Amino acid sequence: MRELRREHMLNALLAAALFAVPLWAYLVDEPFLITLATRVAILAMAGVGLNLALGLGGMVSFGHAVYFGLGGYCAGVLAHHAFNATPVLMGLDGTNQMLVIWLVAMALSGLLAAMIGALSLRTSGIFFIMITLAFAQMFFYFALSWPAYGGEDGLPIYVRNVFPGLNTMRPWNMFVIAFVMLMLVLALFAMIRASRFGAALMAIRQNADRVAAVGISPFGVKLAGFVISGMITGLAGAMMADLTRFVSPSMMAWQMSGELIVIIILGGTGRLFGPVVGAAILVGFEVIFGGLTEHWKFWLGLVLLSVVLFARGGFIGLLAGKERHG
Amino acid sequence: MSLALLIEQLLNGVQFGLMLFLMSAGLTLVFGVMGLINLAHGSLYMIGAFFCAAAAAATGNFWLGLMAGLIAAAAAGALIEVTVIRRLYNRDHLDQVLATFALILILSEGVRMLFGPFPLYLDAPAILRGTVDLGITQYSLYRLTLIVLGVAVAIGLWALIARTRLGIQIRAGENDREMIAALGVNIRALYTVVFALGAALAGLAGALVGAIQSVQVGMGEPVLILAFVVIVIGGIGSIKGAMVGALLVGVIDTMGRFLLPRFFATFLDPSQAMGVGAALASMLIYVLMALVLVLRPKGLFPAHA
Repeated sequence: MRELRREHMLNALLAAALFAVPLWAYLVDEPFLITLATRVAILAMAGVGLNLALGLGGMVSFGHAVYFGLGGYCAGVLAHHAFNATPVLMGLDGTNQMLVIWLVAMALSGLLAAMIGALSLRTSGIFFIMITLAFAQMFFYFALSWPAYGGEDGLPIYVRNVFPGLNTMRPWNMFVIAFVMLMLVLALFAMIRASRFGAALMAIRQNADRVAAVGISPFGVKLAGFVISGMITGLAGAMMADLTRFVSPSMMAWQMSGELIVIIILGGTGRLFGPVVGAAILVGFEVIFGGLTEHWKFWLGLVLLSVVLFARGGFIGLLAGKERHG
Repeated sequence: MSLALLIEQLLNGVQFGLMLFLMSAGLTLVFGVMGLINLAHGSLYMIGAFFCAAAAAATGNFWLGLMAGLIAAAAAGALIEVTVIRRLYNRDHLDQVLATFALILILSEGVRMLFGPFPLYLDAPAILRGTVDLGITQYSLYRLTLIVLGVAVAIGLWALIARTRLGIQIRAGENDREMIAALGVNIRALYTVVFALGAALAGLAGALVGAIQSVQVGMGEPVLILAFVVIVIGGIGSIKGAMVGALLVGVIDTMGRFLLPRFFATFLDPSQAMGVGAALASMLIYVLMALVLVLRPKGLFPAHA
């Protein structure tokens, strides 16, 4: 139990740090640092989505970038039509309301996750990894070659979408939105992990046959987990597009899927705040080493390789001890 | 649309499929024998292409370049097997994915450091330039050579696995690794050999394709993902499945890109038809994969049925 309390304290500390650093940057007027923290919060949110499937459910999806990108395209396409005052399709208008965009992004990501999940969850293990990767690649190539929304060049969002009562063009306001959403998503993750559904999901990861033997259908539980996971990552994608005011097929690329997995592993698989730590490490690594050498990915690869080979459990595992179960 | 053009595209599809087979064969062998998913297989393809292009440019001889590419890929394969991959056999697939993802980062940046940030160009050897008359159509001699080479390597691989002592050990390793270790086969050395063999095949494919594409960092991963599609369609661990899957993917992808825009042009205006056709064509093989998954979740030729 001591380890458990230590993890709680560590989590509170991490949340406070993620809020304090940009707050300080806001006070001394360093907008770059605020935007960096916003990036960490949004990437962490995408990671929380994947953590639900991968960490709790043991579903190693190598294609979560597709939901991230789809969310991004929801923001981009809806804003594009609102900006040009043209209908999206069949008389439906675009919108620049963030809240509406988020709902659309989650609905479509959930739908896509349901379709991809229904097919890929027929298999498991190595097949599942390859198939989720392949399906993500399919939509990547579709976005790349579909000419209506910029294709390869991507789609700019000229004016950041609006949030009731806040000027989203201000970095601090955008950060607060991202931070609050991250905390909400983390709360949802904690609730799911503590629920009966979460228990079933984790039990299936450990032994699907035994779960089936007590009368729970593993397929349905896994699919539900996979859909929620895709929805969260899609929401993060919509917010990321708004942060960078740009969406392109690269949001769906396999490297993005890889990065999402890396975020979870660096932080600690299945840990509540694992994705937050992982996203902070990844973004920090890119900023610090990217400034020193253009070959920073080489060193990232070496660090990652060492973590996988020698430091299983990630950063939180290192500081807070081993996980209670699993 | 003439018959000649159609035949040419069909041959292109077969050629593409055979190169995919060289990639998939190594992947599926490594999975079948060692139970390992290797994302860095695309990097070995890239290494083959880069060393081939660099050696060919330095010596002025394509065949020396090809040897260099083959040897470099096999050596790189053996090296990473001994240093990294060997530690992953008993790990779960997630660790394998991550470690080999890290290897992609390391190898891609390593190649960029070694050869510089710009693409290299590799010319086909002089005697293989130009076209050959197939009666119904003129066809690129180099691509035709790729088809012949691909078939030859496939037959060689089949002979190796079905007819030699090493092949017996590989097949035994797929079935029961403890038993063949108990019978005195050095299983560690066998794994290194199998991995290097797969790496050599990937390097060969990279070097051969390097002469019809530009040789650049990141060239391996799109092919790697296609090879995954091939393996999912063919059945993991099956060389025969890899062959059938590779030819299916190669031909359907090439023909889709050729025919779909023309099909849409019959009722859409030309620029729109190009866009829609190209976008849908790029999805075709994944639809095929989904279809196979629904009908045969273990692939067309499941190896461990």
